[in-house]
Amino acid sequence: MITLDGITKRYDDVTVLDDVCLTVPDGKLTALVGPNGAGKSTLLSIASRLLPTDAGTVHLDGMDVLTARDTEVAQRLAVLRQDNRVAARLSVVDLVRFGRFPYCRGRLRAEDHAAVAEALAYMELDDLRDRYLDQLSGGQRQRAFIAMVLAQDTDHVLLDEPLNNLDMRHAVQMMRRLRDLVTTRGKTVVVVLHDINFAAAHADHVVAMRDGRVVAAGTPQQIVCTDVLQAVYDLTVPVHHVEDQPVAVYFS
Amino acid sequence: MSASAPATTGRGAPGLSPQEPAVVHSDVECGRRRRVRLTLVALAALTVAAVLAFGFIDLKGSWEYALGLRARQVAALLVVGVAVGASSVVFQTIAGSRILTPGVMGFDSLYLLVQTVVVYVFGTATFLSLGAQNRFLVNLVLLTMFGLLLFRWLFRRSSRNLFVLVLIGVVCGSLFAALTSFASRLLSPNDYLTLQDVAFASFTTVDADLLGVTAVITAAACLGFVPLLRRLDIVDLGHDTATGLGVGYHRVVLTSLVLVTVLVASSTALVGPMTFLGLIVANLARQLLPTHRHAVLVPAAALVGAICTVLGQTVVVHVFALTTTLSVVVNLVGGLYFLYLLMRTARL
Repeated sequence: MITLDGITKRYDDVTVLDDVCLTVPDGKLTALVGPNGAGKSTLLSIASRLLPTDAGTVHLDGMDVLTARDTEVAQRLAVLRQDNRVAARLSVVDLVRFGRFPYCRGRLRAEDHAAVAEALAYMELDDLRDRYLDQLSGGQRQRAFIAMVLAQDTDHVLLDEPLNNLDMRHAVQMMRRLRDLVTTRGKTVVVVLHDINFAAAHADHVVAMRDGRVVAAGTPQQIVCTDVLQAVYDLTVPVHHVEDQPVAVYFS
Repeated sequence: MSASAPATTGRGAPGLSPQEPAVVHSDVECGRRRRVRLTLVALAALTVAAVLAFGFIDLKGSWEYALGLRARQVAALLVVGVAVGASSVVFQTIAGSRILTPGVMGFDSLYLLVQTVVVYVFGTATFLSLGAQNRFLVNLVLLTMFGLLLFRWLFRRSSRNLFVLVLIGVVCGSLFAALTSFASRLLSPNDYLTLQDVAFASFTTVDADLLGVTAVITAAACLGFVPLLRRLDIVDLGHDTATGLGVGYHRVVLTSLVLVTVLVASSTALVGPMTFLGLIVANLARQLLPTHRHAVLVPAAALVGAICTVLGQTVVVHVFALTTTLSVVVNLVGGLYFLYLLMRTARL
């Protein structure tokens, strides 16, 4: 269980996160939603110790994420930001092998190779394994990075906007895979999502943020309703139910 | 350290993989690795050839004397080539850009500034009476110190925007050059001549003792890279990915930066500045070798550096008959190449 307590982040005079307290339930798919500038990505970065916090603590089942050893954290928590830098002449399989670094420091053993092969197969990257990353489309590259995170084989996976640059089909496939990770492998997945309807369709738990604060948290049914969306986005959004799923119609 | 892993990697785990004959290294991968190995061997052979060419072309007069002199010169060229090559590749990785090398970031202007200030403060008499070794040490310490300050400060500006960094490098370079020119105006004509002597890269007169010291420092710093190589592969992916994978990003960057600064400082203190050498060498090595692995890239860049300096000096001596110097040639070629890289990146 990831527990954030009193997380505060300021840039000069601008407060990006204001005393955020949040508990991420284990074995669930949690979606972080909210308008631009709400602090979702910042919160995710702080929770995964990519960004230093000005105040507050992050605990993962009793381990202090912000002070624990790098390797120790990396064996239990994997994170992926958007817009990852791509090294030249790096093939897909070599990228996925990096995922084993916390366990083998770069000297892969048989079990590491097995984990890499499994991650590649899971993300359907076998055909692309020897391609260089800069020869791939945005969506393929995204899948390669996710495969790296899967090879890391952590109980907790944090992803910042994994649907960025993905078309409808790939976006749905990505969400199904994440869903599958939670359901069949019992992983805890946290994603920052832009589209509230993806959260409604795939997440177990939705956390809505605004202006650096958590304004609502609950099941998709509780969050995706006109009142809450009004409070989060300042927009009146009619919510319909299609096959038992709330769908926010915010286009018109 | 065996960097390239054969088909069945893994210490003492042959019993663990009877599940399925999972492809550990595909044919494409093995082909790439073979090409990398071949290229490395070819580079090593070329280095030896270049050294022989430098040593034996047009050898006249007293063989013993001439060979002794050339051996010293070629050793200096090798040391500088290796130091500049290895340090530039690592610097590119931690800077996250193929355009940035210590030379581009104003290190050479810093060298000239330090020289000028030292001559100004001590005066020619003291400067010369210090002896070559002490001068070298003073240079080395000052350069390492200020170089480290400069690079740390550059990387602290957390904006990783490439063009901002290039701009800062250019501005720093101009600032140091302006300060140098200001300080040199305060010098007596005598001091100024002393300064001119040390301000330009020279391989023809190299002190044997200094060469020894520089060689030892270079070897030690290069060895210092060895435990960092695998982590540098990951640092190449940027701070966030590296941190996520449990690589102590800042520690790797700082350690690398110290080693890079020591390498550049010692080779610059030995022969003087060659601004664009690192840029050419590092990019050439990256083009020649289709790999992201620093266990390959760093030694390859060291070899390419050695080849460039030794072959370059051979050409300068035998084709141009010493009417020009290696640093002029390097800066001309390197400067054009730098412009080309900038244009290509900016898509102007």
